[in-house]
Amino acid sequence: MTVATGREIEFRDALREAMSEEMRRDARVMLLGEEVAQYNGAYKVSKGMLEEFGPRRIIDTPISESGFAGMAIGAAMLGLRPIVEFMSWSFSLVAADPILNNAPKMLYMSGGQFGCPIVFRGNDGAGGQLGSTHSWSVEGLYSNVPGLKMVIPSNPHDAKGLLKTAIRDDDPVFFLESERLLSTKGEVPEGEYLIPFGQARVARTGTDCTIVAFGRPVLLALEAAQALQNEGISCEVLDMRTIRPLDAGSIVRSVRKTGACIVVDQSWSFGSPGSEIASLVHRECFDDLDNHVHRVHSADVPTPYAYDLEQEYLPNPRRICEAVRSCLYRA
Amino acid sequence: MSSTEHSSKAPSATTPVPSVYGTPTPVPARRATAGVDSAVLGGWLREMVLIREFELRCMQAYQDKKIGGFCHVYIGQEAVAVGCTAAVEAKDPIVTAYRDHGHALARGMSSRHCMAEMFGRIGGCAKGKGGSMHMFDRANNLFGGHGIVGAQIPLGVGLAFGTKYEDEVIAGGTSNRVTLAFLGDGALNQGSVHEAMNLAGLYDLPVIIICENNGYSMGTAISRGTTMGHDISAKAGAYGMEGVVIDGMDVIEVQGAMKELVDRVRSTCRPVFVDMRTYRYKGHSMSDPRKYRTRDEEEHYEGDCPIARLRAHLEPRGFSADAFKSMQREIRAEVREAVEWAEQSPVTPTSELYRDVYVERWGPYSGSSQPEMLGGAENTSEFKGCNPDGEML
Repeated sequence: MTVATGREIEFRDALREAMSEEMRRDARVMLLGEEVAQYNGAYKVSKGMLEEFGPRRIIDTPISESGFAGMAIGAAMLGLRPIVEFMSWSFSLVAADPILNNAPKMLYMSGGQFGCPIVFRGNDGAGGQLGSTHSWSVEGLYSNVPGLKMVIPSNPHDAKGLLKTAIRDDDPVFFLESERLLSTKGEVPEGEYLIPFGQARVARTGTDCTIVAFGRPVLLALEAAQALQNEGISCEVLDMRTIRPLDAGSIVRSVRKTGACIVVDQSWSFGSPGSEIASLVHRECFDDLDNHVHRVHSADVPTPYAYDLEQEYLPNPRRICEAVRSCLYRA
Repeated sequence: MSSTEHSSKAPSATTPVPSVYGTPTPVPARRATAGVDSAVLGGWLREMVLIREFELRCMQAYQDKKIGGFCHVYIGQEAVAVGCTAAVEAKDPIVTAYRDHGHALARGMSSRHCMAEMFGRIGGCAKGKGGSMHMFDRANNLFGGHGIVGAQIPLGVGLAFGTKYEDEVIAGGTSNRVTLAFLGDGALNQGSVHEAMNLAGLYDLPVIIICENNGYSMGTAISRGTTMGHDISAKAGAYGMEGVVIDGMDVIEVQGAMKELVDRVRSTCRPVFVDMRTYRYKGHSMSDPRKYRTRDEEEHYEGDCPIARLRAHLEPRGFSADAFKSMQREIRAEVREAVEWAEQSPVTPTSELYRDVYVERWGPYSGSSQPEMLGGAENTSEFKGCNPDGEML
């Protein structure tokens, strides 16, 4: 039961609480990944977990994503519930075969005999000047694949509730965290709570325009909405929380109310959740719209290193404000 | 001599044909067969002949276009699957690659379900959704045939991780299951295999990685694609595991040597790598004209047929040519019946298209998978739209 305590903790602490609570509850849950045990996690998400659960359940792996992701999938087929930490989702690309060809397809190609209850989690997204290869937003790339679920929390409260749901889920869950957000604080109840997949959160109510976002861009959208309020524009911000399944109903309900829709998606625009949501809104809200859906994505280029370039590359409040004004013919 | 006749003629002692493996297979001291019950040997013979006859019917069905896609037959390698499965217990997990019909049959899958899978029928082991390369059998602890070369070895290592974790961490006992993970010699050059071997060695996992070394990765001879191809078991040493060479054309040798390894791995939890010397008599897949090897070479290995070798052991025990013919007739009838059964099994209905994507019945992503809209419904729903209140129509 959720107990409102006013307790504020960091995003990384919320993730750790979720994992620790689930590991206390279910011996089949274990955590493996690079530096998760003795080093306490490259980003300190698993700090102290080795001490509590021991090396049989908090397992340091060598740098071989393809090998340990595949190993964890085999263990999940057998009935364990592994949590696999990718230090960065960028590194998951070398494990593309196991995470895309095995985990999400096992249930189907075995005719329902072998499922794959596994959570892959780690840092996703650019913003830390890490250069082109370490700055992946995998939302677009991986959400294309049926059989997986994709979760992308924007705040500590949701991070804990969604991760606990992910660990208990019987299907493979891709859990996308943001290194930019790990130190942000938020109110997180101490008690047990789960957040169901496929239920968006209305992060801000408004009447003129719906901004659909997920993950870190939710914070950028809220910042933009605040700025636009001074211009007399009232924005409603939806935090989708999960991309697969997608809470289409909440989007449709909101857009029918506001008559305008912006999608903010930090992955590239071509074949992305943003394009999918735009298609959905155009189909379901055709008669409600006064303009086409406007989309704010990362620029369609490899991620640059230089600070100013990277900030311009990413969705940011200025670009979101521009999109809203354009959509409402206020430009 | 045709590979289909299972002649009991003993292989010639000397041969001008060079070994496809680069070095001759070491001939260990012939295992005493006196201790093995004739009925057990007869059972192995029956399984090998079943695989041989089953695969011949598959080839025919493929040519008749009853089987689609890729189809890789196991003819020539029968002693490996039969000997290895005979060396383990039912509780021991097995995972293999795409040349998997033999493993499925040896593990106990009925020839009906195996054939129906390839025919794309609802009676198939995976309801026709897997096909020739993806034979799964939960009841018999067969964790699949897998299509991407080498990808099943991390899975096999994970199965071993899982059994050890269940036995020791959850149950608080000692590890008592051994996983067999099969791969071909071509898979040895995949990075995932080496990553998995490193992990198995690092974590002391009870897995036996069995390389069915038939000398060819598709059309590339092992010497053209693999360093140390003449002695692949040497690669095991780099991962702290024992490497063993076994004559995979002799089922008695396979079962005997594997049983020793399985017993050892069961007690030590140290992984083992096996260079299982074998030979596939047919092409890589059905479309392979086998231009990369000589007919002389094929005849040499066909003359060393694993079925004939076992018959040679059984003949002195009174298993006559007539008895063999009678066994063969029975098995042919069984396989013919399996084909008929598969043909009569209904084509997998399109409603199955949307099943087994998720464990929870949230259904397919038809443009808007939305739990509240699909709640309680069969997972074949499609988003039809909303009323003005956003309720699903």
